[in-house]
Amino acid sequence: MVEWTDFERQTIADIFGKIDYETVGAAALSRCLIVYPWTQRYFGNFGNLYNASAIKINPMIAKHGTTIVHGLDRAWKNLDNIKEAYTELSILHSETIHVDPDNFRLFSDCLTITLAAQMGAEFNADVQAVVQKFLTVVVNALGKQYH
Amino acid sequence: MSLTDRDKATVRTFWAKVAGNTEAVGTNALSRMLTVYPQTKTYFAHWKDLGPGSINVRKHGKTVVDGIGAAVMKIDDLQKGLLSLSELHAFQLRVDPTNFKILNHCILVVLAITFPAEFTPEAHVAVDKFLAAVALALSDKYR
Repeated sequence: MVEWTDFERQTIADIFGKIDYETVGAAALSRCLIVYPWTQRYFGNFGNLYNASAIKINPMIAKHGTTIVHGLDRAWKNLDNIKEAYTELSILHSETIHVDPDNFRLFSDCLTITLAAQMGAEFNADVQAVVQKFLTVVVNALGKQYH
Repeated sequence: MSLTDRDKATVRTFWAKVAGNTEAVGTNALSRMLTVYPQTKTYFAHWKDLGPGSINVRKHGKTVVDGIGAAVMKIDDLQKGLLSLSELHAFQLRVDPTNFKILNHCILVVLAITFPAEFTPEAHVAVDKFLAAVALALSDKYR
């Protein structure tokens, strides 16, 4: 089981308490599809992804970005039980959507950069360390049911 | 994933903004790396003070970011341009190349914080590709 300090719990709660899920979700997912274009392979039915401008204004991508960031809710609300909390989602990503788990890491990096841009100087080294740890734990949990 | 002419133009334009700020960006990136990825501290055991304000971190942060700025000038042939730095990293420093990716990520985070409007996804992909190419050139002489 992962151990979390009070500072880590507080930092995570603060961040998710104040971000705008729609803004952050849309920005993070569109950034991921632009910076790592091979991730577009999972979005064949999502309309126009022809170039960066199209991706940035694509409403289906924006909506899905929000869904993904809300997918993190079950992590920060269950910090002491993340592995179990993600069993269902892990099976979904492995057996239904067939997502290469390396993509979780790519998305996490884009989400980190999106949060950094939003939070500015407040996203200091200690906060980044907490976010890095949190997202690493989630990414591991999401990969657990791949066989 | 080679650099297109457009990538190179984007990197040159964007990096011009970093040029006046190399110590601040470098210090921020390096100290972030040491905190977020503590295993990287193993390369700096000879420094007494690894805190963000330390003179060693500031000086070295500037050295690294100045080095990247110099690489921008040699963007058309990074392997040739970074030959001596590659030899340094390969034979003397022997930094595991995984750490180049780690530091690159921290640099990107600092760029997002310092230039939130200008570090668009388009700028991000060009700079990410460039930093990856620099890392590749730096590890060229490793084996």
